[in-house]
Amino acid sequence: MDQKELHALEAQCTQEHAPPCTAACPIHVDVRGMLAAVAADHFDAALALLTKRLPFPGIIGRVCEQPCRAACNRKDLGDALMIAALERACAAYGAPPPPKRRLPGRGKRIAVVGGGLSGVTVAHDLARKGHRVTLFEATERLGGTLWETSEDVLPRDLLTGELTQALSDGVEVKLNTPVTTALLDALHADFDAVYLGVGQGPKADFARELLAGVAPDTFTTPREGVFAAGRAIAARPTFIESISTGQRAAISIDRYLQRVSLTASREHEGAYITQLYTNLGGIAPVPVIRPTAPAAGYTRAEAVQEAQRCLQCECLECVKACAYLQHYGSYPKQYVRQIYNNLSIVMGTRQFNTLINSCSLCGLCGEICPYDLNMATICHEARQTMVAQDRMPPSAHEFALRDMAFSNGAAARLARPAPGSERCDYIFFPGCQLSASAPEHVERAYADLREMLPNVGLLLGCCGAPANWAGRSDLFAEAQAAFRADYAALGGGQVILACSTCYQMFKTHLPDVPALSLWELFSEHGLPPSAAAPRSLPGPLAVHDPCTTRHESAIHESVRQLLREMGLRIEELPFNRERTECCSYGGLMWLANREVAETVVQRRIAEQPLDYVTYCAMCRDFFADRQKPTLHLLDILYEDDLTARAMRPGPRFSQRHDNRARLKRRLLTELWEEPMSEPPAIPIQLLLSEEVAARVEKRLILEEDIREVIAYAERTGNRFHNPQTGHFLASHRPANVTYWVEYTPVDDGYQIHNAYSHRMEIVMQPEKAE
Amino acid sequence: MSDVPLSEAPPPWTCARCGEPLTLGEIEVAYLGSAFPVKLWHCKRCRLVLIPEELAQGRMLEVEKMLEDK
Repeated sequence: MDQKELHALEAQCTQEHAPPCTAACPIHVDVRGMLAAVAADHFDAALALLTKRLPFPGIIGRVCEQPCRAACNRKDLGDALMIAALERACAAYGAPPPPKRRLPGRGKRIAVVGGGLSGVTVAHDLARKGHRVTLFEATERLGGTLWETSEDVLPRDLLTGELTQALSDGVEVKLNTPVTTALLDALHADFDAVYLGVGQGPKADFARELLAGVAPDTFTTPREGVFAAGRAIAARPTFIESISTGQRAAISIDRYLQRVSLTASREHEGAYITQLYTNLGGIAPVPVIRPTAPAAGYTRAEAVQEAQRCLQCECLECVKACAYLQHYGSYPKQYVRQIYNNLSIVMGTRQFNTLINSCSLCGLCGEICPYDLNMATICHEARQTMVAQDRMPPSAHEFALRDMAFSNGAAARLARPAPGSERCDYIFFPGCQLSASAPEHVERAYADLREMLPNVGLLLGCCGAPANWAGRSDLFAEAQAAFRADYAALGGGQVILACSTCYQMFKTHLPDVPALSLWELFSEHGLPPSAAAPRSLPGPLAVHDPCTTRHESAIHESVRQLLREMGLRIEELPFNRERTECCSYGGLMWLANREVAETVVQRRIAEQPLDYVTYCAMCRDFFADRQKPTLHLLDILYEDDLTARAMRPGPRFSQRHDNRARLKRRLLTELWEEPMSEPPAIPIQLLLSEEVAARVEKRLILEEDIREVIAYAERTGNRFHNPQTGHFLASHRPANVTYWVEYTPVDDGYQIHNAYSHRMEIVMQPEKAE
Repeated sequence: MSDVPLSEAPPPWTCARCGEPLTLGEIEVAYLGSAFPVKLWHCKRCRLVLIPEELAQGRMLEVEKMLEDK
């Protein structure tokens, strides 16, 4: 990711964009922040936010034309917020913040012509920036058209009070001083800049030509050093627009005096339409609160109540849907920046490694985002970068990569044409996790396929998804090369996939290999011949689509058709099909961040009280392991006792290895009548209590690791002994991890009391005693 | 790593090779290019070093994670 890509990605997340009210406000009052403060009865804070943009809150709270209200997302849900009235309440109940200090004097003199809203605004803003300002007003009072507002609405003492206050620091006011063409020439000669805020009508005649040539973005006139804004040039002659153009003219004058660009970085000045997306689904209408005494405005309590109707517009659509995005307490725009920074660190702690590795890569965020920002792509690329930089934490994915190596190793991998066939028209590729979870179903499905179709070969192994998820392009390429070699040796054919992750990997990375899902095949060719006889079926089941089928609507349809064909009643989950959620296995989230993974899976299984049915072995096992009764589609095809089957916990990691190895051995012997040439695992019988088995499983220690430690300890005698308990304790480091096992030899094997591991190595052996 | 508050009470283990009790001494452990001295029980004669479960699953794991993010 380079800077340009970073900025493009950041721009896709609109969470930090202004809410519609602020964008529609020509001076961009932080309405959302102000209303949040009012809703919490914090009027001082609310007034402080308001006066950041607006020097006359009492006046504007009474006269503002409120373009914000037309943009308010509440407008069809009980009417737009009464924003001006709430501003008035802020001015009434909030303590004015201490006046901001003027910048030190900069020796420039500015003449402001006209004491209406725009002129007073320009004079106020430039005085605060340290300029010396003289304001010339033709009449005997400040305020211009504000005086046309009725006194009931705008009390005169408030009008004069706020305007005088705004000019009290650093502005010399000359009333009763009409400006003529001659005086304008004199001002132009005398002052460093002149502002014309002369309003409409005959009094502006002396400047007619200049006003006709005002540039709309910078408010310059054809005469150098003379600027003009306010009603005289307004497309919309409103009070709030006069303040807005006045503020922007003041920026131009300040830049002009500093001799810097008048045009740089002036996007989004004035009113605009925000890109911020806010989901209004499920929001109940709440009627507007009217002041009981309209002339007096809101009471404090009424204002609080009205402000509480504010929706506090924001997007966060993806964050609401994803426990992972929620976990880190922010949103994609920030995450993208954190990931970019993380990848750029040369020295120091890369504190966002876990954030990058915790994403399930399921892509739901991209599906939900109104601007298609997909964290899966970003996190996946970041992992590849980390691997390339040699900065991927070794512990992050090693266990899954070992599991993959086992599936593709001699003990479990198998490629054969159908017994008695020379060639393949089809190749059944059941996937490593179905072979690990339900090897008997792999056997049965393979038998069915051979009855249904000619020349169906078999390929047991892993598609390489764990390597892909881990950012290990090298190992992924190796897994694909292994597939291609086997595929070529079998003579090609159409590949039948029973795992949706394999399907996704094939479709994306082996597009030239013809592949179809087992479910599509069954739904086209009819139920398999050995499908279970009609039996008592469970009540309705909710369908969980594996996240890797997100864009496979044909598979979604085939699965539902099959379920109905088997007589099942099905219901849909709120997040299904292209909006389905990950079980937490995807992207190796479960390995990288167990806390987030647990939240993800718990949230998913709580979405529906019904039992679930799915068509991914890992989803099924993850759910059933957390006591959510879940059936695999093949369970429904092949099992009789579905109640018991739905509760079956997934096999432990060691068992998964054994299941794959046994599947290969059995098929080889029974179908191809070949002996297994590879030696079986170390013939050491282990006895583990449920408690110990669960503990070592959690620590990702396999029984084969334990066997290796015992074999090593018994062969070398390198072990400790506890004379009180008779236990032995030994360690062995076959590769990157040292495993420790506490055990006792018993008659028929070894009783295992405990096992633990670490990655640190002993580098300096103790000195040998004499 | 050297700040690990290891119990200095002798562990219940003896060296199964020679039957000798273990002695406490400074041993260097390392991960990803960083090395630390740690006081560990070991057999001086057979040079077997004991890494107890609390250390492996506790402070050692923390330091491993920290070094992995460096």
